[in-house]
Amino acid sequence: MGLLSKKDTRLILDPLADDNPITIQVLGICSALAITAQLKPSIVMAVSVIFVLGLGNVVISLMRNIIPSKIRIIVQLIVVATLVIIVDQVLKAFAYELSKELSVFIGLIITNCIIMGRFEAFALGNGPWKSFLDGVGNALGYGVILIIVGFFRELLGSGTLFGFKVLGDSVEKTGLYAIGYENNGFMVLPPMALIVVGIIIWVQRSRNSALIEEN
Amino acid sequence: MAVNKDKNSYTMIFAVIMVLVVGTLLAGFSSGLKPMIKANEKFEKQQNILYAMGVNDNVGSGDVAFIATDRVADAFNTYIKEQLVIEGATSSQNDKAYLIDVKKEGAKAKKAGYQRKLPLFIGEKDGKKLYIMPVRGKGLWDAIWGFVAVDKSMTVQGVYFDHKGETPGLGAEIKQRYFMDDFIGEKLLEGTTYKGIKVAKGNNDPKNMIKDDYEVDALAGATITGDGVSAMLKKDIAMYVPYFKTINN
Repeated sequence: MGLLSKKDTRLILDPLADDNPITIQVLGICSALAITAQLKPSIVMAVSVIFVLGLGNVVISLMRNIIPSKIRIIVQLIVVATLVIIVDQVLKAFAYELSKELSVFIGLIITNCIIMGRFEAFALGNGPWKSFLDGVGNALGYGVILIIVGFFRELLGSGTLFGFKVLGDSVEKTGLYAIGYENNGFMVLPPMALIVVGIIIWVQRSRNSALIEEN
Repeated sequence: MAVNKDKNSYTMIFAVIMVLVVGTLLAGFSSGLKPMIKANEKFEKQQNILYAMGVNDNVGSGDVAFIATDRVADAFNTYIKEQLVIEGATSSQNDKAYLIDVKKEGAKAKKAGYQRKLPLFIGEKDGKKLYIMPVRGKGLWDAIWGFVAVDKSMTVQGVYFDHKGETPGLGAEIKQRYFMDDFIGEKLLEGTTYKGIKVAKGNNDPKNMIKDDYEVDALAGATITGDGVSAMLKKDIAMYVPYFKTINN
């Protein structure tokens, strides 16, 4: 048997598609709308959430037998907040430029409902290794959607990817802009993120009819 | 172990221990990393000042590239010839002027009778004397700030803007080169009257070819951040105008 049993693999892979936190469970939508106007912050947010959720799940799982159930939500909140502050401080000390890019987003991780959701639903009832896999899997599922949405919003809204002008220069009218293409300014506004997420959900459901609820 | 986890006393003890552990951990991290964070902030300020006066690693029309952190301290000493602190009509040299906290000075200046300390950096690049001023104002969500480099006649030679929490893709674009580079060559004075530079919508000059209209093209979707930039320039640079009048006489 390898490092991951079949069940462990499912913990990682399920949240990527058929149990995706954003498109199926509809959690973490707020940050998905707020930060996906460009590709780079989307990726950085995805990486930070992988770290916080992976580690946070392990910590909660290790403490699961001693946490008093009356104050478990507060305890979970403290764990997330502590991890986020540590990430923020370490970035500021060792990767200052990166931390400036992310400062707001790092703080926003605390409010991400996927994290509290996984602590409550999984880490409180499972061992550390399984919780770690579950955390990483869910964070990856969240990150994948973020990156897809960020890709389309930056490409169609600003005509760039990672800041590179892949479609030509909109002011100088080169590349695609020479033949009359225009950026869709609506793409950079948050409502369009909702529509892009909606399209992803639509595509996913039409490909897998098991996801459609019966009325 | 027969501990009753439902008892209030258990909950209380758990909470106290948790708070102590977390508090110690965070305090340890914070004080352990503080020197490094402070040093980074100092370097950043030097990088910003140098960026505004055109000392940077920009390539072509690409992204903003500061002079590398390991070279910044030397470059700062080489390019910045004088650091002044202006207090009212007098000015004095102070090589720690770049550490003056513009935010705190702005807050103190609201009290009557306080003489605000204005830092001014005089640099020299390619034989040209440049005067660099810090500015600070409000954007849509939070603070915006920057440095403006001008020559003796108060024509802008370079700017650097930064922000705490403007919307990515909209207001946050004020720190992109295509916005900041528009300011270069713009005049701040009309004759001897201070005009400032307006971030204008509906600009007839989107490529910013006309340099004496006291306007640069606004960012679409970032009206309030743009207005914040106009207001910040108008208010903060105006405080330096008397100094420029004295050196021009």
